[in-house]
Amino acid sequence: MSTNSEVADIKPPAINVGVLGWVRSHLFNGALNSIATIVVLLVAMKFIPQFVQWAFIDSVWFTSGQECHEAAGACWSVVTQNIRFNVFGYYPYEHQWRPLVAMIILVLMLIYSRDWKKWNRRLGYLWLVALFVMGLLMKGGLFGLISVETTKWSGLPLTLLLSFFGILASYPLGVALALGRQSTMPVIKAFSVVYIELIRGVPLITMLFMSSVMFPLFLPEGVTIDKVLRAQVAIIIFTAAYVAEVVRGGLQAMDQGQYEAAESLGLNYFQKMRLIILPQALKIVIPPTVGVLISAFKDTSLVVIIALYDILNTTKSILNVPEWTGFSTEAYIFVASIYFVFCFSMSQYSRYVESELEYKAEEK
Amino acid sequence: MHQFKSLFIGCTLLLSSAGLVFAGNGDTLKAVQAKGYIQAGVNGDLFGFGKADQKGVWKGLDVDTARAVAVAVFGNFKDRVRYTPLTAKTRFTALQSKEIDLLTRNATQTLGRDTSLGLDFVQVNYYDGQGFMVPKSLGVKSAKELGGATVCVLPGTTTEQNAADFFRSNNMDWKTVTIESTAELSQAFFAGRCDVMTSDASQLAGIRASSPKPDTYMILPDIISKEPLAPAVRHGDNQWKDIVNYAVLTMINAEEFGITSKNVDEMAKSKDPKIQRFLGVTAGNGKALGLDEKFAYNIIKQVGNYGEVFERNVGVNTPLGIERGLNALWTNGGLMYSPPFK
Amino acid sequence: MVTTNEKSAVKTRFWNDEKTRGIIYQVVTAMLVAFIGYYLIANVQDNMAKQSIASGFGFLEKEAAFEIGEKSIEYSAADSYGRALVVGVINTLKVSLIGMVLTTMLGTIVGVCTLSSNWLLSRIGTIYVEIFQNIPVLLQLFFFYALFYEAFPGPRQALNPVSGVFISNRGIDFAVPAQHFAWSYVVTAFLAACVIAFFIARWAKKRQERTGWQFPSFWVGLGLLAGLPLLTWVVCGAPTELDIPALKGFNFQGGQNISPEFSALLIGLVLYTASFIAQIVRAGIQSISHGQTEAAMSIGLKTKHVLSLVIFPQALRVIIPPLTSQLLNLTKNSSLAVAIGYPDFVQVAGTTINQTGQAVEGVALMMLVYLTLSLLTSVFMNWYNKKIAIIER
Repeated sequence: MSTNSEVADIKPPAINVGVLGWVRSHLFNGALNSIATIVVLLVAMKFIPQFVQWAFIDSVWFTSGQECHEAAGACWSVVTQNIRFNVFGYYPYEHQWRPLVAMIILVLMLIYSRDWKKWNRRLGYLWLVALFVMGLLMKGGLFGLISVETTKWSGLPLTLLLSFFGILASYPLGVALALGRQSTMPVIKAFSVVYIELIRGVPLITMLFMSSVMFPLFLPEGVTIDKVLRAQVAIIIFTAAYVAEVVRGGLQAMDQGQYEAAESLGLNYFQKMRLIILPQALKIVIPPTVGVLISAFKDTSLVVIIALYDILNTTKSILNVPEWTGFSTEAYIFVASIYFVFCFSMSQYSRYVESELEYKAEEK
Repeated sequence: MHQFKSLFIGCTLLLSSAGLVFAGNGDTLKAVQAKGYIQAGVNGDLFGFGKADQKGVWKGLDVDTARAVAVAVFGNFKDRVRYTPLTAKTRFTALQSKEIDLLTRNATQTLGRDTSLGLDFVQVNYYDGQGFMVPKSLGVKSAKELGGATVCVLPGTTTEQNAADFFRSNNMDWKTVTIESTAELSQAFFAGRCDVMTSDASQLAGIRASSPKPDTYMILPDIISKEPLAPAVRHGDNQWKDIVNYAVLTMINAEEFGITSKNVDEMAKSKDPKIQRFLGVTAGNGKALGLDEKFAYNIIKQVGNYGEVFERNVGVNTPLGIERGLNALWTNGGLMYSPPFK
Repeated sequence: MVTTNEKSAVKTRFWNDEKTRGIIYQVVTAMLVAFIGYYLIANVQDNMAKQSIASGFGFLEKEAAFEIGEKSIEYSAADSYGRALVVGVINTLKVSLIGMVLTTMLGTIVGVCTLSSNWLLSRIGTIYVEIFQNIPVLLQLFFFYALFYEAFPGPRQALNPVSGVFISNRGIDFAVPAQHFAWSYVVTAFLAACVIAFFIARWAKKRQERTGWQFPSFWVGLGLLAGLPLLTWVVCGAPTELDIPALKGFNFQGGQNISPEFSALLIGLVLYTASFIAQIVRAGIQSISHGQTEAAMSIGLKTKHVLSLVIFPQALRVIIPPLTSQLLNLTKNSSLAVAIGYPDFVQVAGTTINQTGQAVEGVALMMLVYLTLSLLTSVFMNWYNKKIAIIER
């Protein structure tokens, strides 16, 4: 043993610090972990070079389909050569800047309003203006913009449209249902419960089937509803049930004292809910709500099955062109990355809100 | 709560104003004239019959049929037809529910469909039969050799039933792969998921034309069924049915008279009373159908006669390369026959 | 205050009375719903009558006249629609049940991985979760299905990794024991062993609680499960003949086949759902305070016992409710089979609707079947949840 004064001078063994130390404590701590690390590394060494070779080294990027068939690696040309059709679908070719601008506005608005502390009346009006502008850009018919019928809306704009309005409209409906389920009035409660459980019990595809196959029979003689709108309604009805369950969680998490305090102030039911309960309850359920919204976004891809041309279906349509048949891996990877970007940023957002909320809770 | 409520009401109003269309009481012609276009249900995935290119321009025999109807009603087809791509499964309900005014989606006329699906078929625009397509490398020469094969077939079609009957009556074993979208199914077939694909012969030709290597596939000579493909309209609207019916027949009759889109102007000067009546030089036919007297002239001028439409979309000089066969005029040994226009 | 009270006691306008108002609200809602319901049904009847669309469930008896690619019970095109629908339900159940088991296993493994002290494993776990969670399951299904038929060769050039197993774009064909009366007895023996092992375990647990004596019920159970079927097999004459798939004509004949459609559906559903379950498992384990681990270790339990006796039983209570809803999602998502051609219930029902034109009945059947499945799953999971809930002593 050394004396105390010398201890300070002895450096820790090289194997415990620096890169080596990190490797040891993170990768080779214990026999089992060492084996796992080695297995993972071996597998990675076998597949990653293969993938890199395929995706980058041997790949072709801007060729015709014919040359693609001769290339050894990935054919990214299937994406680059068809990008406009893939993203905008059947929207008139020379007017495709319009949905592009509309989508940019939407994304900018979403980024601008990400902070829930900024949510106020002014932002609401700003959204109304933005929605109007976007609608105008898509539909046209005013200010010299050529009118484009909704049946031609396809690709990414359709995906975003279905999800955005699906989310927007299902939210209030979901809140109303959650309040209904918590209500003391048996009839209203029963209806809400039946609605929520019925919808949550069946797959979305049956709802879409219903909207495309059965729902038209429910309408009176002479009334028809646009196919896109029917799918939209099915998505709204479906998502609302899930929103309702999340909101119910928030309502139940509220302290009973809040209800009593509100009542003792003499507020009636609507005032109590609007001013006291909902603002708090909805705030604490922002993270799970975003989860539901992510699902809703992903679920819009199901409209493929009822032959709407969302971005997944335009991709499939490209793969059906003789020149591009057989490059589905590349095309699907491209669409998957688009979905990933949207969903991943939403889930990161929900994590950010979650940490904000936790931080606040701790501050109190 | 109040804000939510008003938002909700706002959304509902917005949505309903965007999508609700009132189509009148079963009077399809009036409804179509009022809205200014025909909503036609088409295939969407099938080369030669109904498919849009990447710019959104629709092409095909069924598409031209819808255009002929539009010309009959409006005098031209530009922006007068809107197309709804439908799957085999959704096509009849789309018609029942008035989502579309006219179904031209290579649908086979059968007694069952005519009577229990709430629709009426009109003049057949393509006489077809069910066939089998195989890769040449398989070395099969007849459908009778297909015992034990895996067969790609579209679900919910008459072909699915015919194939079941065929294999059953020939005591052959088989396996099915059924995928609803023509595109997905044909991709699976090209990749070798099935040995055989069965469908209407015309559809097989269309699918073969969409393959990366069309000459590696062959359509077997066996035809196992009758598939009269006809446009359909809703049951109970006789005027509309007549219009669609005679729009198709106009194209057939025009070919019989030798009138084409090129020579229709000259033919209009013809002294033949039959042709004068047909082209509306002598009035009568148009009024009877509730259309413009020039409807036949317009159809031929803008869409063409049946022969032109056939050759343009599916004929021997197209990638589909189909002979006229049953679809030749009756005078040439085919089945295309039009009643007199008088 | 007093005055207001007196006033209201004297005369309350009936619309100001909370109870009356509640009743009015409810009556109005009920009437509204009833009216809308009546209106819709009347429309349906009207539309169907006008277009002479058939109605009722009589079609279930009629001959279906279409073939189904995969079936677990006898079925041919000559059978009725009713039987075809049953085949569809069984196919749905098959893929859902197998999917549930696999996805729970995979999800648990990945969940534990993300918490691993091994940096590589936890990274891979996290990346897996992020990727598979954020891509629509339908897209994943298309991807795996296309991969399956584009990547594997035709049956004539089938891969043959192990003797008796063939992989081609027709699926996986593998050898199974040839038909012999012994096998049905072996299965019976196995089931019997399951039941006996279950009762032994229960008895052993009770005895341990009463007396503290331990009984090696795990090893005894394992022995029973392996031994009893083996014994039966030997007694029945130990048949060893195998039914080996062989290329005859177009396809493999004999053996057992797992189709590409089924595989793609199963793989897609399992990978997608497992990414959610991994998160649930991780959250569940993290919810157990570290003090529990320390306490368990301090009383001398081994690491595996710490996990199996202390952490997991507690984490399960947090895990079960969200796990249930994920397993339900898997069942519901199995309906996407229709897009890649696996003949599940939705596809068979869809074909039935198309052939009979009876959309209302068909969609009603679809909803009924899925509601029943959902209900059964949640009843079972609720029962299980109650069983493992903390028993207050």
